[in-house]
Amino acid sequence: MKDTDIKKLLYAHLLCIFSIILSVLIPPLFLENFSILETHLTWLCICSGVVTAVNLVLYLVVKPNTSSKRSSLSHKVTRVLKCCIYFLMSCFIFHVIFVLYGAPLIELVLETFLFAVILSTFTTVPCLCLLGPRLKAWLRVFSRNGVTSIWENSLQITTISSLVGAWLGAFPIPLDWERPWQVWPISCTLGATFGYVAGLLISPLWIYWNRKQLSYKNN
Amino acid sequence: MQKISVLLFLTWVCFLFYAGIALFTSGFLLTRLELTNHSTCQEPPGPGSPPWGSQEEPRACWMASRFSRVVLVLIDALRFDFAQPQRSHVPGEPLVSLPFLGKLGTLQRILETQPHHARLYRSQVDPPTTTMQRLKALTTGSLPTFIDAGSNFASHAIMEDNLIKQLTSAGKRVVFMGDDTWKDLFPGAFSQAFFFPSFNVRDLHTVDNGILEHLYPTMDGGEWDVLIAHFLGVDHCGHKHGPHHPEMAKKLSQMDQVIQGLVDRVENDTLLVVAGDHGMTMNGDHGGDSELEVSAALFLYSPTALFPSAPPEEPEVIPQVSLVPTLALLLGLPIPFGNIGEVMAELFSGGENSQPHSSALAQATALHLNAQQVSRFLHTYSAAAQDLKDKELHQLQNLFSKASADYQWLLQSPQQAEATQQTVIAELQQFLRGARTMCIESWARFSLVRMVGGAAILAAACFLCLLASQWATSPGFPFCPLLLIPVAGGLGGAVVYVGLVATIGLRLDLVLLGAVAAMCSLLTFLWKARAAWGSRKPLATLLPLPGSVRLFLLIRLAAFFSDSFVVADARATPFLLDSFILLLVAQLHWEGQLLSPKLLTVPRLGSSSSTGLPRYSGAYALRLGVGLLLCTRLAGLFHRCPEETPACHSSPWLSPLASMVDGRAKNLWYGACVVALLALLAAVRLWLHRYGNLKSPEPPMLFVRWGLPLMALGTAAYWALASGADEIPPRLRALVAGASVVLPRAVAGLAVSGLMLLLWKPVTVLVKAGTGAPRTRTVLTPFSGPPTTQADLDYVVPQIYRHMQEEFRGRLERTKSQGPLTVAAYQLGSVYSAAMVTALTLLAFPLLLLHAERISLVFLLLFLQSFLLLHLLAAGIPITTLGPFTVPWQAVSAWALMATQTFYSTGHQPVFPAIHWHAAFVGFPDGHGSSTWLPALLVGANTFASHLLFAVGCPLLLLWPFLCESQGLQKRQQPPGNEAEARIRPEEQEQPLMEMRLRDAPHHFNAALLQLGLKYLFVLGVQILACALAASILRRHLMVWKVFAPKFIFEALGFIVSSVGLLQGITLVMRVDGAVSSWFKQLVLAQQR
Repeated sequence: MKDTDIKKLLYAHLLCIFSIILSVLIPPLFLENFSILETHLTWLCICSGVVTAVNLVLYLVVKPNTSSKRSSLSHKVTRVLKCCIYFLMSCFIFHVIFVLYGAPLIELVLETFLFAVILSTFTTVPCLCLLGPRLKAWLRVFSRNGVTSIWENSLQITTISSLVGAWLGAFPIPLDWERPWQVWPISCTLGATFGYVAGLLISPLWIYWNRKQLSYKNN
Repeated sequence: MQKISVLLFLTWVCFLFYAGIALFTSGFLLTRLELTNHSTCQEPPGPGSPPWGSQEEPRACWMASRFSRVVLVLIDALRFDFAQPQRSHVPGEPLVSLPFLGKLGTLQRILETQPHHARLYRSQVDPPTTTMQRLKALTTGSLPTFIDAGSNFASHAIMEDNLIKQLTSAGKRVVFMGDDTWKDLFPGAFSQAFFFPSFNVRDLHTVDNGILEHLYPTMDGGEWDVLIAHFLGVDHCGHKHGPHHPEMAKKLSQMDQVIQGLVDRVENDTLLVVAGDHGMTMNGDHGGDSELEVSAALFLYSPTALFPSAPPEEPEVIPQVSLVPTLALLLGLPIPFGNIGEVMAELFSGGENSQPHSSALAQATALHLNAQQVSRFLHTYSAAAQDLKDKELHQLQNLFSKASADYQWLLQSPQQAEATQQTVIAELQQFLRGARTMCIESWARFSLVRMVGGAAILAAACFLCLLASQWATSPGFPFCPLLLIPVAGGLGGAVVYVGLVATIGLRLDLVLLGAVAAMCSLLTFLWKARAAWGSRKPLATLLPLPGSVRLFLLIRLAAFFSDSFVVADARATPFLLDSFILLLVAQLHWEGQLLSPKLLTVPRLGSSSSTGLPRYSGAYALRLGVGLLLCTRLAGLFHRCPEETPACHSSPWLSPLASMVDGRAKNLWYGACVVALLALLAAVRLWLHRYGNLKSPEPPMLFVRWGLPLMALGTAAYWALASGADEIPPRLRALVAGASVVLPRAVAGLAVSGLMLLLWKPVTVLVKAGTGAPRTRTVLTPFSGPPTTQADLDYVVPQIYRHMQEEFRGRLERTKSQGPLTVAAYQLGSVYSAAMVTALTLLAFPLLLLHAERISLVFLLLFLQSFLLLHLLAAGIPITTLGPFTVPWQAVSAWALMATQTFYSTGHQPVFPAIHWHAAFVGFPDGHGSSTWLPALLVGANTFASHLLFAVGCPLLLLWPFLCESQGLQKRQQPPGNEAEARIRPEEQEQPLMEMRLRDAPHHFNAALLQLGLKYLFVLGVQILACALAASILRRHLMVWKVFAPKFIFEALGFIVSSVGLLQGITLVMRVDGAVSSWFKQLVLAQQR
């Protein structure tokens, strides 16, 4: 039972990674002059869209939590609307946090906002898919002993590693190497992406290794 | 543990750090060896008599003089582009019009009309670009080293051979007028001198007008051979207004008139030299080595033709020291012994219509003399000091012998082709440039042994702090042996060292003495510690740092090893601080301390979590965190850019209001500053009011009520005078000048008297005796019989009262029999913090006055920020009732990070040009005369204000959680509702004990203070250790003098200031503690009567 779950998790994560790789490889076939560094904003939009889509598809196919009892249409619609609002809120909150961290307030607003969008894609979208728009559940998952399934556990790991990746991405900015990727916010978006990918890879492995110690309270 | 021994222990640890810093510094910042040899006329620099020997012409020395008189006009900070001719406007390009461009029209006119008589050079200055170093270089031709940078305002006579000395010994009459730095450098060298004070950088005109008063009369009088005029107006204008101010245009136009006047007056035998000693940055500062600082203008003019060719399109770049040998040979003097400059060969070619052949020969002769002199100097120097590299020296010697041989051959057969002559000239120049390069490279010499020793002492001291801080709160801390034996060991080591030195007969080196003492006492400490510790506990407990703190410290320390990160430290520190704060909030959430356990555990399982009641809601901590981020970001707006990042723009808000041109904006800003001041005042009063200490009739609180507003008023008035000084009507000038002297001094005096009052009577409580005292806010209530249950005793009856009960039971029994007598003492619970906050406010006001007006907003933010941080930290610390009390590492490191962040947000940078020299004139608008310690103190207080405030405020980290107890209790009491209240009788419903908990366990209190001090010293100590290691490992790095060395010096000074502040903060807490004790004794005695 558990091993099959972990396998499922692994395949889902591999699909996510694959979608990110595709978002790098496919656009040059259709768009001229596409490169991650030079047309960074385009890539950000594409990557964000692709990752969101894959997450949604995965959620519909795998259905990790089957807890929704009511399934009337209006309930579903409000749920989707709520999810959208949550996503937008998280984008704005991230944007504010970036500005508080020292990002320029007026210049490069679009860049900063798209960074917020991609970071929300890596963190908020999986949360919304898995936990739904319930803040209490989120708070529970991100605290000690609050995890109830391997899906939530992997969510915890990928979210934290995306955030840490984005944070580490800021470190090369002051260095005097004069590389094109050291410009705000490219290094941070790349860091977030690498962090997300690393989280996707690490979480199934970590769960596999620790499967003896992990005992979720609902099982 | 006694209070005094805690202080002694901390002092001893500080001494260890100081000894390490001193030893490292003595190995890292070495001076160049100054030779006292002199060149003389009778002794030419090398064999081979010059073509015109001394026998032919009596006045000639090494070379025949071409000019008998020189006028040297030194315009301080005359950057190259100030003098650069403005090309006629090209239609395609936009016309740039800056206040400093194209104002020296005379130069341009002369260069165009008399191209063979004048020449403009871009002179390349060697750092440090401070005036005294430049004057040394301009007269000796050598390279003043880094360590001299500090003695800019206490300059000493030049011991090395120099131009002025050569001039006087040749019997020339040297007349000087201008900057009085020359008086210290060349005491008694001038036949006539008019010195004007140089230190007051706000004064643009005194020096220049003084010079102009004497310049033309002296020139016309003819009683001179060399006339030196050192104008300071341009430099002072740069410091005061920056180069982009209209005032700069006025000043430069004035200089232009001066040059015009001189050009009209100079005669045929006179050379006119107009030189800048260094440049200035975009802000008008100097001292570093950015491109703008090291490019100065140099202009030569003579009524007789000087140059064989017209000037090149783009002015030539020459090293500044080239002027020294050139002037010496042109005047027929020996080149100063230690000169490493290269003559400007062009000037020796003999005018407009000389033969190309003979002109080349003359150039070669001048260069050869110069090369001989440099070779002789290198020979002598390498014999005296071993710091020049043998290999390079050997190569240079070979080069010189070859060039010399070629030159001799050229002399013997004068009819050589021009190509041969050019080869000889090129060879000589190659030698001279090689020698100069080698000197520049090797005069940053290090003593590795001392550096390693210093770093080792620092590392051991850090280890000691870590060990002792872990150990201090445990009960079995063998305090006395751990303090006394190491100190005895250190003294023993010192005595042995002195004995050794005395027997061998070496000079006693204080730095080494301190290092030996520190080393001995450290070794004895470690030995003692191992004996007492090693057997009992595993070594793993030696690393008590929590993971997050370790991570952040590591990042911070690693950043010291990268020049990019040191330069970007002003941005990186807020980033780290923000991350640290968010991590703290996240950790609190992770640990489940922010939300009620119901939310955090799965509903089915029920709330069986044992975390206890949370004291704070999640939203509260989140608000604190966001508020902190916001404050940090706002403080970051007051950012000063280091010179190394040209893309970055310094905040315009750092300049004083006086430099603003727009009157309306000035008024608005002034209003904002006063509002910030009032808000600071109101916040402090509100805080004291909230905890009730403001009601106390004790003198410190009276001072807070009346003295503080007075100080704020004085500050605001001083700002008004300082910012509007230029618009004052003339008849009020004297009054305003007097007020701008008196006001800052009055504020400082008030602050000092306030601090004195605070030290005299630090207990700020309100005592009321009588039966009708309101009981809701009492801490001390009458003893009305034994408590009914044990639970009541634990919860209701104040600990402090039990303490008294045990001590004075008998006496109180008697009191009771006389009837219920009530003594109500208010605000005991915040008595320590109230004293601390008052002291910090009193300290902040004079420091505020030393900064530019708009920095007051940052000071307001500083107080807000530390208030929020303290609350946030307190949210994570559970209250320990009976000790041992500890301050978590997170708190200490966040505090230290915030101190660094405030250092940057008050407009400082760890580089010398960024020092706020203005601070020295607050209260002393006319300078300080000859005293140097007072301006140094003022500038130091300005630079290290944030270090000082945060270090003094450090004990608040220990006190604050207890203060927050009251909030927590109120919150806790409300929700349980009426049932609990009903159970408690009204008279027993007490205020929480708050800081009196500390008093209840004096032993633990002292231990906690010691631990806090050690932790703070550790966090600062590892930073200075990392700086020292970075500076020593990267000592051959390109940026060592620009980035790492200044960073080390600033960190070291900051450490010293912080450690002193820390000791004072802890002393203050102990003074309050002592006063509270005696207050209790008095109270009991009074009750007894």
